[in-house]
Amino acid sequence: MLLSILPQVLVDGLTLGFMYAVVALGYTMVYGILEFINFAHGEIFMVGAFVGTEVLLITDAIGGLEGMNPYVALLMTLVITMILTGALGVGIERLAYRPLRGAPRLVPLISAIGVSFLLQDIVRFAEAIARNEFYLNTPVLFTGTVSVFGIATIPIKGLVVIVLAIVLMIALTLFIGKTKWGIAMRAVAQDPSTASLMTINVDKVIMLTFLIGSSLGGATGVLFAQNYGTIDPYIGFILGMKAFTAAVLGGIGNLRGAMVGGVLLGMLESLAGAYMGPLTNQAFGAEYKDVFAFSILILVLLFKPEGLFGEAVKEKV
Amino acid sequence: MANLVWKSFKGIPLYVTLIWIAVFSLLLHFLDKSVLSFLGILSSIVLLYFTNTSNKIKLAIGALVLIVIIPLVAGENRYYMEVASQVGIYVAMALGLNIVVGFAGLLDLGYVAFFAAGAYAYAIFSTSQANEFIAGNLFPLTGDWFWPFLIVGLIVAAIFGILLGLPVLRVKGDYLAIVTLGFGEIIRIVFNNLDKPINITNGPQGITPIPAPELFGLKMGTPFYFYFIVLFVIAFIVLANIRFEHSRLGRAWIAVREDELAAQSMGISLLNTKLAAFATGASFAGVVGVIFAAKQTFIDPTSFTLMESIGILVMVILGGSGSIPGVILGAAFVTLLQVQLLKEFSNFLHSLQQSGIINLPNQLDPSKFQRLVFGIMLIFVALYRPNGLIPAKRKTNDLGAIKSSPFSSGKLGILSKLSQSSSTKQS
Repeated sequence: MLLSILPQVLVDGLTLGFMYAVVALGYTMVYGILEFINFAHGEIFMVGAFVGTEVLLITDAIGGLEGMNPYVALLMTLVITMILTGALGVGIERLAYRPLRGAPRLVPLISAIGVSFLLQDIVRFAEAIARNEFYLNTPVLFTGTVSVFGIATIPIKGLVVIVLAIVLMIALTLFIGKTKWGIAMRAVAQDPSTASLMTINVDKVIMLTFLIGSSLGGATGVLFAQNYGTIDPYIGFILGMKAFTAAVLGGIGNLRGAMVGGVLLGMLESLAGAYMGPLTNQAFGAEYKDVFAFSILILVLLFKPEGLFGEAVKEKV
Repeated sequence: MANLVWKSFKGIPLYVTLIWIAVFSLLLHFLDKSVLSFLGILSSIVLLYFTNTSNKIKLAIGALVLIVIIPLVAGENRYYMEVASQVGIYVAMALGLNIVVGFAGLLDLGYVAFFAAGAYAYAIFSTSQANEFIAGNLFPLTGDWFWPFLIVGLIVAAIFGILLGLPVLRVKGDYLAIVTLGFGEIIRIVFNNLDKPINITNGPQGITPIPAPELFGLKMGTPFYFYFIVLFVIAFIVLANIRFEHSRLGRAWIAVREDELAAQSMGISLLNTKLAAFATGASFAGVVGVIFAAKQTFIDPTSFTLMESIGILVMVILGGSGSIPGVILGAAFVTLLQVQLLKEFSNFLHSLQQSGIINLPNQLDPSKFQRLVFGIMLIFVALYRPNGLIPAKRKTNDLGAIKSSPFSSGKLGILSKLSQSSSTKQS
């Protein structure tokens, strides 16, 4: 019985893992350039989920969703959400982080925690005023399931998540690897002061990093809302923590690491959720799956702080 | 110009402070329900801090206000004493976190876990809950056990602090913040689910009824008594903070905060020093946790969320991390804001709503503004006042004074001795 659910558990884990991976990219990009944990990134994901849901709800209310191809609807939602959350990320950087560049390391982190709480309540207020409640149900775009080799089923919405996540990751990899701006970003990540001597506008590169990271986070929010149906203003915290765990697991600052770490963490969590209960005779069940993810974070930081793909950094005096 | 005025400002004259105290205590005495005058009395402590007089007089007046005047004029009003003891509880917690964040510079986002450890220690053993896993029907304990449990809570939380600290303190800076946050959540989830396989914490149902403290048969269940208990604990914690600040260990904490590598190369053991900070901060939270459990008579895991940890962090950072008067001010301000000002404001809005002037969705109730207020405070403090409202004073060694002192003959330290011995040889 335990083995028969394994393929299904893995497929679910894969969907979850790809979402972690895309959010983790946002953490890792910012960390790679500023060496700063953007605590508010999880909240940008949450805002993305709300913006996407609102776009769909409003389109539905004016009757636009009927007869529209679901893929077109999703694409439209994604584009609008990515633009808005990207702008939000840039705005946060400009107002709350940039003035603190060069301050002691904990000061921007404190500011980021503040931003994170602020965003949660702003979204809650906005929804409370607009809809008188802050739990939203997303209009379902995709129904039906696909069978995977006859041993597991994957809902089409899950498949959409995986495919879109892969597309976004490939696009990002190409952008960083091939374009002029991508090269500038890598240069700034390596050494900001030298990069600025090479006529790279460091401020612009940092803005671009926040733009891309935040729009990816927002896009994941849309996918999350599609996949789980119900959202509230507090979903960003726990998902953000897990995405951060994924980034650390893969080696923070490393894009490939974040992707692998995300998928790995999603799989592990799904496995833990399914098997911890039966294996411990229901003493420790699925309610401990968050504990499991946090424990992975702590273990990685203790024993392999550079992660799976990162380079160990020697501290310089 | 403004700077000049500020520099020549030596403090508020003593008589202003005394008049302030007198006016507001009389107001509170005669106008029974005047929140403003209650706040006025509490703020007189801040005024006192800035008063231009000697520390002994300040201490005497402060003690007079806290021990005599407040209980005298507000003691009959259950609500004021409740607010005052709640302020006290958070002041005590913030002072504990101040050791970790302010002195040792370790950003701990899971501080509430230690508070929970203390609270659960008393709650489990003072109710019949402990019978679930200890044979012999020995429990519940009576309220007399509250006093020894203050020490037990302290020890349990300190052990928690060391156990958590051992793995956690290997990482540093912003990683430490995330890891402590993770640990805080883990502990909450564990407490929430530890009703099986053995029922230790009774899970989400929580534990009740936790007995009130008793002393020689006197039941001390009202806020009036808790006010004094909390006051006593704060006095102890403040004293400990002051003593620690300038001790060998305290200076080691500050050295580690400023530069770990430099501190290490001066022979400070990083792990031991940090562990000491963690355990000390945790133990204070543990004591406060015991008081909290006894005061609430009911605890469940929802009292120990991340929001609480962040709230205490806001108090420390807003007040001025590392500054004892600052942290007290920050804690008092944030607590009053939460339990009094926002509530008053939301009552006011409700009354407007009832008379049909405005229409307020339930979610916009100001008493739910917590996250918004905390968020804005954190951002503003980080941007505009990173050292807090009352920044910590830095003890500086005046090089000129050392040089001109009779113990120094022009050169400092070992050099002065060398030059002395060489000059005696020559003569």
